[in-house]
This record gives sequence, C-alpha cells and structure tokens, in this order.
Amino acid sequence: MNPFIEIITQPDNIAIVIMIFMVSFFMVWAFQQAFQNDRLIASGLPVEGENDGFVDTFKPLVRIELIIALVVMVGLTIWSIAVDAPLEEIANPTITPNPAKAPWYFLGLQELLVYFDPWLAGVVLPSLIVVGLLAIPYIDINPKGNGYYTFSERKYAIIIFSFGFFVLWLLLIVIGVFFRGPGWLWYWPWQEWDHARVVYEPTKDLTSIIGIDSRSIPGIIIGGIVVLSYLVGGMVAPYLYWKKNNPELLKQLGMVRYITITFLFVTMMAIPIKMILRLVFLVKYVWIIPWFGGINF
Amino acid sequence: MKNLTDITDKVKKNLIWKSIFRRDYRNTVRDRAMAVFGNVFLHLHPVQVRESAVKLRFTWGMGGITFFAFIILVITGVVLMFYYHPSVDQAYTDIKDLEFQVPYGVILRNLHRWGAHFMVIVVMIHMFRVFMTGSYKAPRQFNWGIGVFLLVLTFLLSFTGYLTPWDQLGFWAITVGTNMGAATPLLGYQGPFSELLHITPYNDVRFALLGGAQVAGNALLRSYIWHCVAIPLVATILMLVHFWRVRKDGGISKPQK
Repeated sequence: MNPFIEIITQPDNIAIVIMIFMVSFFMVWAFQQAFQNDRLIASGLPVEGENDGFVDTFKPLVRIELIIALVVMVGLTIWSIAVDAPLEEIANPTITPNPAKAPWYFLGLQELLVYFDPWLAGVVLPSLIVVGLLAIPYIDINPKGNGYYTFSERKYAIIIFSFGFFVLWLLLIVIGVFFRGPGWLWYWPWQEWDHARVVYEPTKDLTSIIGIDSRSIPGIIIGGIVVLSYLVGGMVAPYLYWKKNNPELLKQLGMVRYITITFLFVTMMAIPIKMILRLVFLVKYVWIIPWFGGINF
Repeated sequence: MKNLTDITDKVKKNLIWKSIFRRDYRNTVRDRAMAVFGNVFLHLHPVQVRESAVKLRFTWGMGGITFFAFIILVITGVVLMFYYHPSVDQAYTDIKDLEFQVPYGVILRNLHRWGAHFMVIVVMIHMFRVFMTGSYKAPRQFNWGIGVFLLVLTFLLSFTGYLTPWDQLGFWAITVGTNMGAATPLLGYQGPFSELLHITPYNDVRFALLGGAQVAGNALLRSYIWHCVAIPLVATILMLVHFWRVRKDGGISKPQK
C-alpha cells in the first residue's frame, strides 16, 4: 500500500486526522467570527450577542445538550464499529520498537528532544507551558475582548497564543505522528521507512563554528554570554521600547507582570530559534555547562 | 379504557408515580423553572441562561462535549474493569478475551479508546474557544486556572490508560514518557544537580512513578490505580468546582464592554 495511505489510516492516527479537521474547522470559525465582530466594532455597532437577553434552561438549553449528546454518541459508536482499537504484541522489554513514540499528544514534546536536552524538553518546558497557561488571565490586562470573538482588540494576545497552540503544540504533534520514522529521522509520508538508514549530521556547538571548543572555559563564557544576553536583552528591549513609546502601558503592567510576560515570551521564542539553529545551521548546543551533571542549552 | 387520557390517568394517578414525579408539567413559567431546580442533574444549570449559552456558534458546545466524553469513558471504563486484572500475567490476555470472548467486548474497548482520543481533542478545542472569546478575563480568571489543571488531568488520564493493555505500544509509550521523569532537575537521576541530592535510579521521580526501576508489574498496578481511581477522583472534584464557578461567575460569558 502507499505509505501515505498506510500511515494516515493506522487506527490511532485516524484520531489525529480527525483532530486536524476539527481544529482547522474551529480555527476558521473562530477567526471568521472575530473578523465579523471587528467589522461591527469598526462601524460602531454592538458585537454579536451584546444585546442578548435570557432564555429558559428548560427546554432550549436542555434540548440542545441532548441533541449534541446524541450526535456525539452516534458518532463515537460509528467510529467504534468502523475501526477496531489496535492491540500490538504483548509487552516485551527486550524488543525496542523503532521509533518508540510517546502518546500522540506528547509527541510535540518528544519532537523537542531533537533540539533540547530531556530535562528542558521533557520537564522544564512542559512545566512552563502549564505555568504560562495559568498566568494568562493575570498577565493579560487588556479589558477589551471579554466575552466575544474579536481580533483587532487583542491582536498580540491572539497571535502569541495561536503561535503557541497551532505551531508549537499542534504542528509539532502532527510532525511527530506523520513525519518521524525510525531513528526519529524525517520521512515524508510517501517515503518508505528504512530501518537501515543513517543520516550523518555533523552538528557542532555554536562556539565551535568560530573555532573555540565549547567545553573550554572561553567557550563556556562565550556561550553563556550569548544565552544570557538573549534572555536579558529579550526582557529589557521591550522595556526600553515601551518606555519611549508607551510609558502608560508599563505603568499599568507593573514590574511583576512585566517580568513574567517577557520571561515567558522569550522562553517560548527560544524554541523556534533553537529549532532553526539546529535544522539550518546544525548547531547542537549554544551553551554548555559541563558541571552539575551537564546543563546544556 | 376508552381513550388515551384514561391510560395516562391510570399511569399517573397512583402512589408510585406521584412519589417519583412530584408534580405535573404544564409548560408554565413556574413549571419550566421547577423542571430545572427540581432535578438533581439539571440543577447544575440556572433556571434561565444567557442566549449565548444556547448559541452553538459561540460555545461550540465544547465544554459540554468534553464532559459528555468523560461520562462515556467512566461508563465504558467501569464495564471494562469487570473484565480486567492489572497484573502482568493476565492483563494482555484479558484484552484478548475482550476481543474474542466477551460479548460486544470489541466495541466496548473501541468506544473507550476512541472516546479517550476524542476527549483529548475536544478539551483542547474548548480551551481554544475560551481563549478566543476572552472568557478567561475578569471575573473568570480562577476558573481558567481550574480548566488548565483539568486539561493536564485529561492528558494524564489518557497517558495512564496507555499501559493497561500491556502491549508493545503502551509499554514503550510509557517507557519513553517516564524516562522524561529521570531527567527532572534535582529529582531525576539523569537530571542536572541530582548528584547533590544523591539521587539514583532507585530513589528518583521515575522510580516513584513506576514503583520500580523499570516498567513492570508495579508500574502496571500504579498506572491502573491512577487511571481508574485517583485521577478520575481529582478530576471529578475539579469539574464540580469548574461548573460551579461557571455559574457563580455569571454563566457563559457575554460581551462586556
């Protein structure tokens, strides 16, 4: 069979295909409603639902809940009749499948293992995702866009969240499911998986490119300067910019909020930056700290 | 019995019926309200809701669908528990039995498996909807936080369920997943700073997750208990808080300008 068809019709991958369709559908629907409301706002009209009154719970709401429940139940039943859950061979610690993949919703994190050490990709970054999500209501002080779809009134919040959700979370999952084969090597869906394939990538550390051993003291110092100046620079630059152009915003944010926002944002953007460094420039580590069991960035 | 009203009279006008249904339903304002707060399940809802709450284009029904998926998973999960032993010797053959011996065992397991995938998908879309409508803004900040924990619990519920069939897929997915625990700074034996605390493979986070240094019988038992008892318990409590706060924070959000 065509490997592409084979891979998307694997029983567990059907869920991912369903997810791609559902997420795309709802993404379009959300933005379509947001732009529609934006047009209403621009022409000074109330947004969708602004003048809504109340309706009885029984029956309008109960009815719609029942209908949805029935539709979901029927859909899941059809899915369960049509596709059987796979059961592989009995667990065998001596036979390691290649690739060994985590559950699909964690494949974005597994994909990060290509670019970061496990303590970052598997522990620190996921924890920061949770912390960041928890922080959203407290760091987003924009009072607009509360309770209705809009894009124009909260552009930056939506762009940042969408980048995190669609690109860093969902796209990486899709890559992990459909584009990663044996040895976690990249395979296009129409390529056959080849277990003997080896790709030699002469990765280097950042300082090695300019001829300095990354594990030598000068290498460690230079690497440290690069990482820390990215972190500090990324956190100070918006301050300088806003101080000049929008001092009111800085005052509203306050110190704690400002530090939280910029730290989370700089950390988030470090992921695509490191991905580009690794994929385009074959950089393995920017900064190596050989002590304490190895802390490498 | 001459006609239909006679039959309904027979059915309704006796002690048993009246003991169950306390009053007739006549589609009056009062009766519509009574239908909600006189019913333990429906009274999660207020008597009246904002129009936005019944607009599919606004909520997509995603939160409710997630809850419904959870209910399906609890029901199918409880039935599956009748056929399953969380032991290395029996787990795999129990699933085989489900496939070949148990009536409707295949569809039961399929419903649980696909329902689980479905719940993970819809809970993420629910979060996206709440973000896009700005519904985490005041006064709903706290409830967004509860929702984030429920999202994490949904992932963990699915993750712990992966191991239960004791097949290669689950075994290695759990191996890959828990190996991350070994990389935890300070508390995992491969993580930075762990030497300072004298952490070894036999006393680190991964050991605590697996109940051993490798994925074996203890890990199966632990994932089973987390999956069937501990996480559903915590998730149920958080769901109660989540739904309660939806009401206390003023119901489904509406435009505040």
